[in-house]
Amino acid sequence: MIFPETRFALPDFQPACAEIFVLFMICLILMTSLFIKEKARGTLHFLAQAALIGAAALTCTASGAGTVKRAFSGMFVADMMADLLKLAIYLTISLTFFYSRAYVAGKLPRARGEYYALTLIATLGMMVVVSAGNFVTLYVGLELLSLPIYALVALERDSSRAAEAAMKYFVLGALASAFMLYGISMIYGATGTLDISAVAEGFSRNRGDRATAVFGLVFLVSGIAFKLGLAPFHMWVPDVYHGAPLSVALLISSAPKIAVFAFAVRVLINGLFPLSQDWRAMLLALVVLSMALGNLAAIAQTNFRRMLAYSSISHMGFMLLGLVSGVIDGNAKNMINAVSASMFYLLTYVLSSAGAFGVLVLLPDPDGDSGEISGLAGLGKRSPVLAATMMTLMFSMAGIPFFAGFFAKFSVLVAVVAAGSFWLAALAVFFSLVGAYYYLRIVKVMYFDPLPDGARNIETPFSMKVLVAANGLAVALLGIFPNALMFLCVKSLSFSVFA
Amino acid sequence: MSAVPLLSCAIWLPIAAGLLVLAAGLAGNAPLARKFALFGAAAGLFVAAPLYFGFDVTTPAMQFVESKPWIPLFRINYHLGVDGLSAAFVMLNCFITLIVVFGSRVSSQKYAPSCDAVFLVMSGLFNGIFSALDGMLFYVFFEASLIPLYLLIGIWGGPGRVRAAFKFFLFTLMGSLPLLVAMIYLFFYSGGNFSIAAWHLMPIDKVSQTWVFFAFFMAFAVKTPMWPLHTWLPEAHVEAPTGGSIVLAAIALKLGAYGFLRLALPVVPDASREFAWIMVALSLAAVVYIGLVALAQMDMKKLVAYSSVAHMGFVTLGIFMLEAPGGASAASSALGIEGALIQMISHGFVAGAMFFCIGVLYERTHSRQIADYGGITRAMPKFAVFFMLFSMANIGLPGTSGFVGEILVILSAAEYNYGVAFVAASTLILSAAYTLWMYKRVMFGPVTNPAVAALNDIDVREFLVLSLLALGVLGIGLYPRSLSEIMRLSVSELLRHIAISKVF
Repeated sequence: MIFPETRFALPDFQPACAEIFVLFMICLILMTSLFIKEKARGTLHFLAQAALIGAAALTCTASGAGTVKRAFSGMFVADMMADLLKLAIYLTISLTFFYSRAYVAGKLPRARGEYYALTLIATLGMMVVVSAGNFVTLYVGLELLSLPIYALVALERDSSRAAEAAMKYFVLGALASAFMLYGISMIYGATGTLDISAVAEGFSRNRGDRATAVFGLVFLVSGIAFKLGLAPFHMWVPDVYHGAPLSVALLISSAPKIAVFAFAVRVLINGLFPLSQDWRAMLLALVVLSMALGNLAAIAQTNFRRMLAYSSISHMGFMLLGLVSGVIDGNAKNMINAVSASMFYLLTYVLSSAGAFGVLVLLPDPDGDSGEISGLAGLGKRSPVLAATMMTLMFSMAGIPFFAGFFAKFSVLVAVVAAGSFWLAALAVFFSLVGAYYYLRIVKVMYFDPLPDGARNIETPFSMKVLVAANGLAVALLGIFPNALMFLCVKSLSFSVFA
Repeated sequence: MSAVPLLSCAIWLPIAAGLLVLAAGLAGNAPLARKFALFGAAAGLFVAAPLYFGFDVTTPAMQFVESKPWIPLFRINYHLGVDGLSAAFVMLNCFITLIVVFGSRVSSQKYAPSCDAVFLVMSGLFNGIFSALDGMLFYVFFEASLIPLYLLIGIWGGPGRVRAAFKFFLFTLMGSLPLLVAMIYLFFYSGGNFSIAAWHLMPIDKVSQTWVFFAFFMAFAVKTPMWPLHTWLPEAHVEAPTGGSIVLAAIALKLGAYGFLRLALPVVPDASREFAWIMVALSLAAVVYIGLVALAQMDMKKLVAYSSVAHMGFVTLGIFMLEAPGGASAASSALGIEGALIQMISHGFVAGAMFFCIGVLYERTHSRQIADYGGITRAMPKFAVFFMLFSMANIGLPGTSGFVGEILVILSAAEYNYGVAFVAASTLILSAAYTLWMYKRVMFGPVTNPAVAALNDIDVREFLVLSLLALGVLGIGLYPRSLSEIMRLSVSELLRHIAISKVF
């Protein structure tokens, strides 16, 4: 018997060193949390932050600055888009940790180690998704991202609301994962490969299987829609935002969206661009539905967390509007502009959403945790810094200049008009007018409504005030000087996805 | 051209001062905040003065130009400059800001530094609108200026303030969002350019012109406000605090008409000509119908608010009586636009003063109902004189600023169409009727309300503010050349430009 010559070559670990480092830190945190004394549990927070800072440093040093590096037989891609999105993920997760530090210590004293470890596992999942070069890696990353979050939602064991949210999230999420896996298998059947860049080539050689591929695409797109929380796959969003512990809702509302966006870009643009006409039509329906449902349902909410949930549905719809608009004509330059508009929109949205939940986390107990909008009454007097930041974030989400949300909306609208779909632009503009109403209502409750009886000033630690103010200021500064981040988005896409 | 970027200073100095006021207010140091506020308002006027006095009247070109790339990715430039259409507005805005900040009642317990801060920020944003020469820059200032006014009405307004603030914000946003889409469309139409000057020059086809014109119309007609999109204004005026009403009437209402002049006419001249009859018809409806509505008001503030809508109808009438075959000549169009511009500036002084006067009464008696007053002349003779002067200016009596604009617009209308001129001239009767009737009921007659008998006459601060406003009203009325000289060349350049069809 003649064996083919087997040579085991050690894969190049360097592009994935940040992932490996985070994995190491997760183990360290888990072990530490087993043996550390109750009083010294604060160190877990520092370990978690150190993991993120270390990962950021490794991502920066390992970055090929414009080159595309592949590792593990093409399963793993390190390119500029991955670097940029990973840095954004570290930043949001780090913000999440800072905001929820006191909350976790107070509310989940037993599960502190688990909180940090699970969040970091989810972070690792996001990093894998962002860097995936193969459908298998994508799927593994997505599960690595989702499973810890299901557990995190249920972390507050004696809260029935949290248990319900976790159950709902888990069942629907598992269904979505199954959908996605089924879709991937169809794509494999149609093209004979799971490598994302090879899938695109597979279509040119294997013309007959278009129908199978489109069949698979339907499932893939529904999976993406579920993970992003687009209507009509949005059912879980309000319940989870409302039911999960606040710090977990803060997590869910921000960083995972970045990872799923990367998923969509890699799958739809890198892999399935030959089917762009098909996925464009599917996404278009989801986008319009999400903007309509999200904005209209948000008006009726009396709970701030549910309002933010519906607002996130509409924002994700608006964000994908860019992606959808890139496809109409094959002009690659417009495509880059359209996708980078989506990316800019997403990054500014994530920053705003994290800030909004961050303010909520810092509110004193009954108001913050229940998240009733009426609990914000008189916030302008009770805590000028928190209220001013929240106002900034609300105006930004409503898309009013000079705040980041305006230029996000603007750049997506430019992409839509460039594609010539005026009715879509008109629709988007109409729904952003509807959306302005409920953001203004929050400002109204904070500033115009009288102070409730017995309301007291809110004591916030100075460091948290600085953090919140910095978050608000970042949103304002991105609205005055958006060019740098916009340029970075364009650059990173042109060096990676469109290289 | 001076080395100091005057326009940038006029925009950012008040905003920076506003932030300082806010910071000082949050730190609990109200006297320091007050000093910052007065300093910021004075500095704004000081910076704006050279724009007016150093204005070169021999050229229609943009002056005091600054241009820097802002968002190169979308070729948006930080491009500022003023010409005859806008120079006077920057000056007016800075003047009114000083009046409002200085005139606000600080002695009372409720002095809120953040209120002054909002006025200053708003002043900077308005200056930005009047001096922006880049479409997006214009839009950004245009929409950002909603926020301070929303907060002003919502936080410091009257009992119905929440509804008024929402209505104001959503109405204006409804208008300005189509403007955003239109601007993005023009960006692509011009081959990737947001420069207003480039939009002026580019040829543009008929269908696009129509769409763009109606997008402009939405934005500026709501802002002006033109009948029937005016319903937000009376509510906003009634609920806003005195300073808010003054700024709203004196400056915010001018943005719409200014937008028509800066964008609608020169960018889409053919559509503007084609639909000018709609504008003329709506303007006449505003003049007559709103004039009648004003007559029926029981609330002084509401009355002046409706009179503002009627006066703005006069302004849009003046703007849109365009030269047409068999209709107006270029000279009469020029007369109309010049009249509209002077009317806008004059209305800034007059309406500002009227609202200040109502504020003076309201602070003393906490009522705006006409029926609660009567016989004020006995208690407040000095005040009565000022109020008389401004009422006369509101009617358009010769010698006051109100006369100049009205007579120019009516002259222009007479050449445009006798029917239009006839209807427009009815404003002379209507405005006299509602203004004088209000004056009679409030000022003359026996004192029936004991609170009125106990009124104190105006103090030094109020006297100073009213004198300054009176000076403006009489100055323009007696020497209108101070304004028309600045405007003339820019207006004729504008008309020369729009006389040429852009359809290719």
